[in-house]
Amino acid sequence: MSTTAVDTATAPGSGSDAVPRTKSWRATIGLGIVAALSLLVFGLGTPAGVQTTFTVSSSTDFITLPSITVPAKAAAVTLSIIALLLVGWVAYRANQYRKVGIWLPIVFGMVVMGALLTWAGADRSGTTIQLTGLLTSALFLAVPLVFGALAGTLCERSGIINIAIEGQLLAGAFLAALVASAVGNAYVGLIAAPIAGGIVGWLLAVFSTKYWVNQIVVGVVLNLLVLGLTSFFFSTVMSDNPELNQPLNMPDLAIPLLSGIPVIGPVLFDQNLLVYIMYAAVIVIQIMLFRSRWGLRVRAVGEHPKAADTVGIKVNRTRVRNTVLGGAVAGLGGAFFTVASGLAFGKEMTAGKGYIALAAMILGRWSPKGALAAALLFGFADALRVQLGIIGSDIPSQFLAMTPYLATIFAVAGLVGHSRPPAAEGIPYKK
Amino acid sequence: MRLELREITKRFGDFTANDAIDLVVEPGTVHALLGENGAGKSTLMNVLFGLYDADGGEILLDGERRVFTGPGDAMAAGIGMVHQHFMLVPVFTVAENVMLGHEQVRGPAKLLDLDAARAKVTEISDRFGFHVDPDALVEDLSVGAQQRVEIIKALSRDAKVLILDEPTAVLTPQETDELLEIVGQLRDSGTAVVLITHKLREVQAIADTITVIRRGTVVGTAEPTATQEELASMMVGRDVSMTVDKDPADPGEPMLEISNLTVIDPATQLTVLDSVSLEVRRGEILAVAGVQGNGQTELAEAILGLAEITSGDVSLDGEPLAGRSIRENLDAGIGFVPEDRTEDGVVAAFTIANNLILDLYDREPYSKRGAIDPSAVADHADEQVERFDVRTTSSQALTGSLSGGNQQKVVLARELARDLKLLIASQPTRGLDVGSIEFVHKRIIEERDKGVAVIIVSSELDEVYALADRIAVMYHGRIVDIVSPDTDRDTMGLMMAGAHGDQEEAA
Repeated sequence: MSTTAVDTATAPGSGSDAVPRTKSWRATIGLGIVAALSLLVFGLGTPAGVQTTFTVSSSTDFITLPSITVPAKAAAVTLSIIALLLVGWVAYRANQYRKVGIWLPIVFGMVVMGALLTWAGADRSGTTIQLTGLLTSALFLAVPLVFGALAGTLCERSGIINIAIEGQLLAGAFLAALVASAVGNAYVGLIAAPIAGGIVGWLLAVFSTKYWVNQIVVGVVLNLLVLGLTSFFFSTVMSDNPELNQPLNMPDLAIPLLSGIPVIGPVLFDQNLLVYIMYAAVIVIQIMLFRSRWGLRVRAVGEHPKAADTVGIKVNRTRVRNTVLGGAVAGLGGAFFTVASGLAFGKEMTAGKGYIALAAMILGRWSPKGALAAALLFGFADALRVQLGIIGSDIPSQFLAMTPYLATIFAVAGLVGHSRPPAAEGIPYKK
Repeated sequence: MRLELREITKRFGDFTANDAIDLVVEPGTVHALLGENGAGKSTLMNVLFGLYDADGGEILLDGERRVFTGPGDAMAAGIGMVHQHFMLVPVFTVAENVMLGHEQVRGPAKLLDLDAARAKVTEISDRFGFHVDPDALVEDLSVGAQQRVEIIKALSRDAKVLILDEPTAVLTPQETDELLEIVGQLRDSGTAVVLITHKLREVQAIADTITVIRRGTVVGTAEPTATQEELASMMVGRDVSMTVDKDPADPGEPMLEISNLTVIDPATQLTVLDSVSLEVRRGEILAVAGVQGNGQTELAEAILGLAEITSGDVSLDGEPLAGRSIRENLDAGIGFVPEDRTEDGVVAAFTIANNLILDLYDREPYSKRGAIDPSAVADHADEQVERFDVRTTSSQALTGSLSGGNQQKVVLARELARDLKLLIASQPTRGLDVGSIEFVHKRIIEERDKGVAVIIVSSELDEVYALADRIAVMYHGRIVDIVSPDTDRDTMGLMMAGAHGDQEEAA
């Protein structure tokens, strides 16, 4: 018998390489439609001969840059063409059966929103678009989304679906306000917030791993539970004792030198402590998840729990720990709404941010850096909504508020590139 | 390392899976654990590997008593196990899979030392000639290569005792030969190998010692020189005939005609069936052979209408099946025995009687004026239970309480109750005891002799040879060739690995 034939047939890698794959054009078509609309509406829809002015630095900056004034039509057309070029890249990769990176849909989103901004700001004499302000508020609005998406990533990578991010954010916001007010120090709120989120996470973990309750159902129930409890205490304890719910402020801490960089300096390096914690959290979790022993084990548990069990990894213990940790991270993000924004606690004040965080996690393909990028995109959309309100655009702000949800549906449907959740997510591990 | 099991007992509720089993495995030997499916072989090994807690007995390594509370303990003690269903994370690389659970770290941040893991994989791979790339993703590897990764995983933990649980179930005959060669090398390097199998040929080829297990107890040991008939009768507890009696086929007109059938999996976008053309005539059995996962399941499902056809035609008795509902296809005379009987074949929480009318519940006499007539259903069930020799206390017992063989008899009884033109049976005897296999095979041949066209999908070559009048070999969604059942095993093995047979077409 011929052994050479067998060797080639069983050679490593021949298993699925030889299976004919079908090219997927979904991402190309999905993004292509958006880019084409951008060109038609924002590009060609901008009247010729008018200009859009962007202010890039504020008067307090170390170095003041002049405002940039661009011909609106040319700029919007150029941005739309860049979007189309990105679509071309997606098509090129699809033709080679390759995936595109997480950066692409994010950059694509920014470019299209830039075209929108140019279009909206065209020919509004006396109104300029505050680019630095826009970016600062984009980052600011992204903070709870980043923490929420990190929480989701931590849980789902270990196989637990965390729909309770909303509840964890709200619990964190509540306890941060309560404890910080009682002590009279905003920073103490940052310690209290993760505890509240962690407890919600622990409840989710116990019901999911011990009683095998459907994780989505538990998550939704926990959201409602937290909403009910915090609203109750808000209208009883907090309204009877206003000193337990004061607006406390956390000062912005400008980092010397770095905060002096034009445009990005004040955006990135003149923020409060919670934002710096966020930078650290993204970097640390990114490295730990993909390059440490703990991360390898967590991902194994989320992909193939039985395989993890057979090499001596405690599956349910890992899941409980990760879910508590994730809850704590989301709880910390909840502090954004109260102590980190200088606000008192208010009923239902998270207003669905936890669900947008979940969307950022999916768009970011279950990785911390992706979550950061997606959250920034969504934060940008949110900031844009505010900015357009200021310059008096014709677009109803509700439509921009929908962007995160639309982007997520696109992402899940594979229209912005392939995304694959951890294989064992949502499935209880029973021996 | 010398492994000794003394009086190991394991119960699941009332059922005793292992009853005081004694076993000694010497270093540098291959010890075959032979027994039918459900005899308790895997349970015993899972106890040894720390996955189950034993209800009694003790484990000794080199004469020293050991207690394993989990697989981690067993591995630390030098026991490695290659599971029947691979325990590999598909999206990890080979090196990541091998290091998982005993990762080396480096640097002040204690990050993973992937270089060390790569070096380990390469070293073991080179030592045994495995040709495994440490950076390949496991999901991209062939089944045979994945199994080698499992062996590397065990060896990288310095396993002195290696348990192989039904290692050849998913391999082509050539891959099986390669595996047996590897097992020989491991033995020569001093490893004690426990080979769990029900395949007699492998036992004879490689084993030094054979222990036969039946219904949870050791029924004896045998020499590798024992004949297949001797080993089989020890396994089953009575004389068995290793061949199926059947008359030569008398094929009539074509009943099922398939041309250029292509199916693309909507989830993965992979082409699972690639322009498959074949025909099956009245009164003949066409066996579809091939290693699991090469499109056989999809072929069976596409004919019935369970899988969506991307392009191509399927016609039964001259009438196209495309665009018809599964119900219409069943009514047109297709009988379907699904591959996974507990998932797709029966509703475990229903009684046997109700399972037997799953496809007839809305017809006379079982249903009258929109209501089910329990006595008609019960009468039908009693009759079928007797005709198909379903071993149960009552036809009103829950189907889930039956053994695999008896569940399969229920499925067959239901599917054969209609007048069939075509019977499709996927893995009809997987996991069944020898007695049930004989019964199922006899029934299938009876259907053929009644003039039904039969398609058998099986990954067991023995079964293919026993039943087939013609054999279609599938590889990567294509039909490699259609050959006659007197094709020898080596040629068949090559075709199952994708090489075209040299024989002229027997079709």
